[in-house]
Amino acid sequence: MSTPYAKLPAWADYGLIPVINLFVAFAVAGLVVLLVGESPVQAATLLIKGAFGSGAGIGYTLYYATSFIFTGLAVAVAFHCGLFNIGGEGQAYVGGLGVAIVCLSFDSVFPWWVNFPLAILGSAAIGAFWAMIPAILQAKRGSHIVITTIMFNFIAASLMVYLLVGPLKPANSMAPQTRTFAQDAWLPKLGWVLELFGASIRSTPLNLSFVLALVMAVVVWVLIWRTKLGYEIRTYGFSPKAAKYAGVGEARIIVVTMMLSGALAGMMALNPVMGDQHRLQLDFVTGAGFVGIAVALMGRSHPAGIVPAAILFGMLYQGGAEISFVMPNISRDMIVIIQGLVILFAGALEHMFRPSLQAALASLSPKSMGMNATKREGA
Amino acid sequence: MAPAAIELKGINKSFGAVHANRDIDIEIPKGTIHGIIGENGAGKSTLMSILYGFYQADSGEIFVDGKKTDIQTPNDAIAAGIGMVHQHFMLVENFTVLENIILGAEGSQLLNAGISRARSELHRLEQDYGLEVDPDAVVEELAVGLQQRVEILKALYRGAEILILDEPTGVLTPAEADHLFRILRMLKDEGKTVVLITHKLREIMAVTDNVSVMRQGTIVATRKTAATTVEELAELMVGRRVLLRVDKGEPNPAAVKLSVRNLTVKDSRGVTMVNDVSFDVRAGEIVGVAGVAGNGQSELIETIAGIRKAVSGTVMLDGKPIDVTGAADPGELRDRGLAHVPEDRHHVGLVLPFEENENAMLGYHDDPKFLNGPFLNIDAIRADAREKIQKYDIRPADCRLKTANFSGGNQQKIVLAREMEHDPGVLIVGQPTRGVDVGAIEFIHKQLIAMRDGGKAVLLVSVELDEVRSLSDRILVMFDGRLVGERGPDATEGELGLLMAGVEAREAAE
Amino acid sequence: MDTLVQLLDAMVRVSVPLLLACLAGLYSERSGVFDIGLEGKMLAGAFAGAAAAAASGSAWIGLSAAILVAVFLALVHGFASITHRGNQIVSGVAINFIAAGSTIILGQAWFRQGGRTPSLAGDARFQTIELPGAAAVRDVPVLGPIYSEIISGHSILVYFAFFMVPFTWWALFRTRFGLRLRAVGENPAAVDTAGISVTWLRYRAVIITGILTGVAGAYLSVAQNAGFVKDMTAGKGFIALAALIFAKWKPVPAMFACLLFGFLEASSIRFQGMDWPLVGRVPVQLINALPFVLTVILLAGFIGRAVPPKAGGVAYVKER
Repeated sequence: MSTPYAKLPAWADYGLIPVINLFVAFAVAGLVVLLVGESPVQAATLLIKGAFGSGAGIGYTLYYATSFIFTGLAVAVAFHCGLFNIGGEGQAYVGGLGVAIVCLSFDSVFPWWVNFPLAILGSAAIGAFWAMIPAILQAKRGSHIVITTIMFNFIAASLMVYLLVGPLKPANSMAPQTRTFAQDAWLPKLGWVLELFGASIRSTPLNLSFVLALVMAVVVWVLIWRTKLGYEIRTYGFSPKAAKYAGVGEARIIVVTMMLSGALAGMMALNPVMGDQHRLQLDFVTGAGFVGIAVALMGRSHPAGIVPAAILFGMLYQGGAEISFVMPNISRDMIVIIQGLVILFAGALEHMFRPSLQAALASLSPKSMGMNATKREGA
Repeated sequence: MAPAAIELKGINKSFGAVHANRDIDIEIPKGTIHGIIGENGAGKSTLMSILYGFYQADSGEIFVDGKKTDIQTPNDAIAAGIGMVHQHFMLVENFTVLENIILGAEGSQLLNAGISRARSELHRLEQDYGLEVDPDAVVEELAVGLQQRVEILKALYRGAEILILDEPTGVLTPAEADHLFRILRMLKDEGKTVVLITHKLREIMAVTDNVSVMRQGTIVATRKTAATTVEELAELMVGRRVLLRVDKGEPNPAAVKLSVRNLTVKDSRGVTMVNDVSFDVRAGEIVGVAGVAGNGQSELIETIAGIRKAVSGTVMLDGKPIDVTGAADPGELRDRGLAHVPEDRHHVGLVLPFEENENAMLGYHDDPKFLNGPFLNIDAIRADAREKIQKYDIRPADCRLKTANFSGGNQQKIVLAREMEHDPGVLIVGQPTRGVDVGAIEFIHKQLIAMRDGGKAVLLVSVELDEVRSLSDRILVMFDGRLVGERGPDATEGELGLLMAGVEAREAAE
Repeated sequence: MDTLVQLLDAMVRVSVPLLLACLAGLYSERSGVFDIGLEGKMLAGAFAGAAAAAASGSAWIGLSAAILVAVFLALVHGFASITHRGNQIVSGVAINFIAAGSTIILGQAWFRQGGRTPSLAGDARFQTIELPGAAAVRDVPVLGPIYSEIISGHSILVYFAFFMVPFTWWALFRTRFGLRLRAVGENPAAVDTAGISVTWLRYRAVIITGILTGVAGAYLSVAQNAGFVKDMTAGKGFIALAALIFAKWKPVPAMFACLLFGFLEASSIRFQGMDWPLVGRVPVQLINALPFVLTVILLAGFIGRAVPPKAGGVAYVKER
């Protein structure tokens, strides 16, 4: 009654359906490859080789994945509260400001291991602030958070352009970016870890923020499933009425959750700004905030799903770049299509295959459908 | 004899496991007002939705004017001359009256012709039936009674010969209701057939020619209104249920725990749901609130529990006020020893996708025993859940199972266990056994008696009259938002039934 | 005076894609289907239009292709959100990405000009139309330049866009379709019980959205510019969405909102780096952000209240 969708056994719900959805998304992407006159199989081979075939490839794959873990977690935390934070892109962008302020202020004062935690705080605080305004507007004035976060993406973009062509730009420079930070505001690279595994790398953008991203994945898991706050977030996300009954304040939970989401998105800036480019430049987010939506949907909002989903997208980013050397018709923008298809099939059309799958399962083994335990009578 | 306006034969309809209509046969003569009465959930609205093509029956036949008619969609019903006034008006609120009336019956691609035709037709209907309403008024600015008039006009404009009204007086003032009845009689005099669905006996007696009584999805009787009595109908409606014997000793009422004074609550539409209600509940007694569903009981307990805001009045818990008109918070009330088993366990009392143990602490998740600082103490939570599972015999005995996978009775036990085990001073219980299997009912009743005997104050709301009678030490009857009487546990079913149906207390005594 | 005329002329030109997309969104959202995929449909339309115009040499074939592709994407949105009751926001986001990626990939594969389509000239592009008498009245003070510069001298799509404003008003408030469309976005149950198919009605709305976003796209690549460049919509779909909210989902206010946002865009280009008396230099980014800031302020209820169609964003399920 309460759910208009057909019931399936748990293994099909959590295992089969997502796999089918992903498969369809990639199959359609394969069609696009065919459409531009290339072989999907060859493209896939190149992609995997490009992403994992060399130490440098792995380094880049994980570097991209780092950003996607942050943004994926950001979207997921909001999803758990029933909120759609589409503003990860903007929150990450202004998060870069937090990193830059810390690095520009202290890069010749503190060593990196002091600057790093400060930059984490800076990026998280500004990201959280940027998410807080739409959250307050939603909680107190009923403004639709999807629309306001979209608007805030654009406002963030304008703000950052203003700052980077103006106040933050060194006087003698033409490029819209800050000065390069001193080395004490650079995050250590992780190339040596890959070398431990036998890879040989000249340089890699992979840096310590990858470890931070993994730590954050654990933190988010703990937050959502092991803290009182997470319990309240999930209660509100599943049933606002039950949350009210349980004494969970609506405004508080919306604002706190969005701030956590914004903080995670903001931290994404650490990876490119402090870990690789060592300066704040225009458009450094390059869509990672939006990739987070696909990553969160694909990972079903669970860190254990988000990390592999982020690595998959990192692989697509890195492998996509490699493909374009061999297949000039396919550039990294292929990933944007795949991202869209994943969001479409794993998100909006999530339930498309449910009825037919249910029918198929029922005809294969009627018993497996009887397994759904709702009819179990106790007492 | 002319064929019946409507004849239904062998109608069946199930929603999942719920058999909403079972082998319904009914014949409604032309030019009469036919009442269908029954408690909420008896299947009245489902039956009429089938007749209107909003749902399709699983089996059975419909005859209109003696002709077998296949009604698949509302369009078919409209074509067969059936119009319906829904309980929740099917109006577009920011449209004008005229726009609402022509929606779906515009007549042509352009509106102008349809609108001017509707305007003159409306004028005619107005004169014929006294259905006055400003055609250019925006619906959301009209009073509820006028909105309903628009619904009736909508049906008549489509040429309805048979008009179904689903609980039409629920939102009306008595004066508006009387006006509605005058309109219905006028429609009848014009040869229209009217089907009136209601749970109010007074209305049946006042306006219908014939009445069919529904109970648990079936028609249990059809009578000529003139040849029946309120008592007979009340009994047919409530049914002679087997009174569940509950062993209980004499109550020992002690100090007043919960004191409600002049409480008035309005819903989001501004309709008064609880009207100037006052009562006390003492430690060591169960006070039952009897009433037909929808007479304000739900709003009453939600307000006391801090979920809903009151317009005016005071509520005292242990002699200290609850801020019912302002910032009362369920969490804070819980801390003060007020436990609440809500009526709607699926959406309020439980989070169905949660594991059992997560629900076993819902609302008590601030309790330090479940926490290590900001972290959940998973071991303690699960141990506590297992303890409750054992004590309340919740099955399956698996605290990691999703709550949605428990049966209704076991879900209710999860809620009860949670609310009772925190040793509250006051327990508010709404519909404790709705959708609960018989075995669990007995268990739940025993637990409630045990609470009473343990010196707790229990406020029980149930639409099951039996339940209220067998558990309560005092019975309050609620009708139309007011407390219309208080009786002892020995009050007869008939006496209570009349009170619940809104028959004045004085009449009932006679 | 010249500056002002040029500014207003530019305003009209940059407002047109906003206006078409805004009206497109109006049909969909009035029917209860939220659409944040206007951007993607416009972009795909722009690409398809430019590609077909380049291949065929006909602007009209380009326009048709733009409409076809945008309608296809609109149907995908309808399929996900109407038929499968999927999340309308998620579906819109997906369409934006699919459009953003595939226009670049296909453009590169087909034309190999870094995501551009070949430059369009002659009949492959919508030419400007001189309205009768434009040259004659040019020297009449005030009215002359207004007529000959601002009103005359645009492509047919500009006139189409402005024609769509009264037409949409008429369709919405004077036709049966419009009545039902407005009703289904407010209370689909009322439409259903009146014997009208909610699904079919919403699909028709979504198709119109596709057509208009297609025209908007074609305007960008086949009329205003001479070809497609990657990401050429640059957020216009979202500004249109903002304008739609700003206009409270009404056609005539939608036109003024789009003109206002168009004016902001035109002046941000025009006055870049200019010093103003009293305020000094206004950062161009502030002007760029203004549509979004204004929309947020509106949404927050500080200047009037923007109440979206009541049933918007929710798939229709018959209630028990």
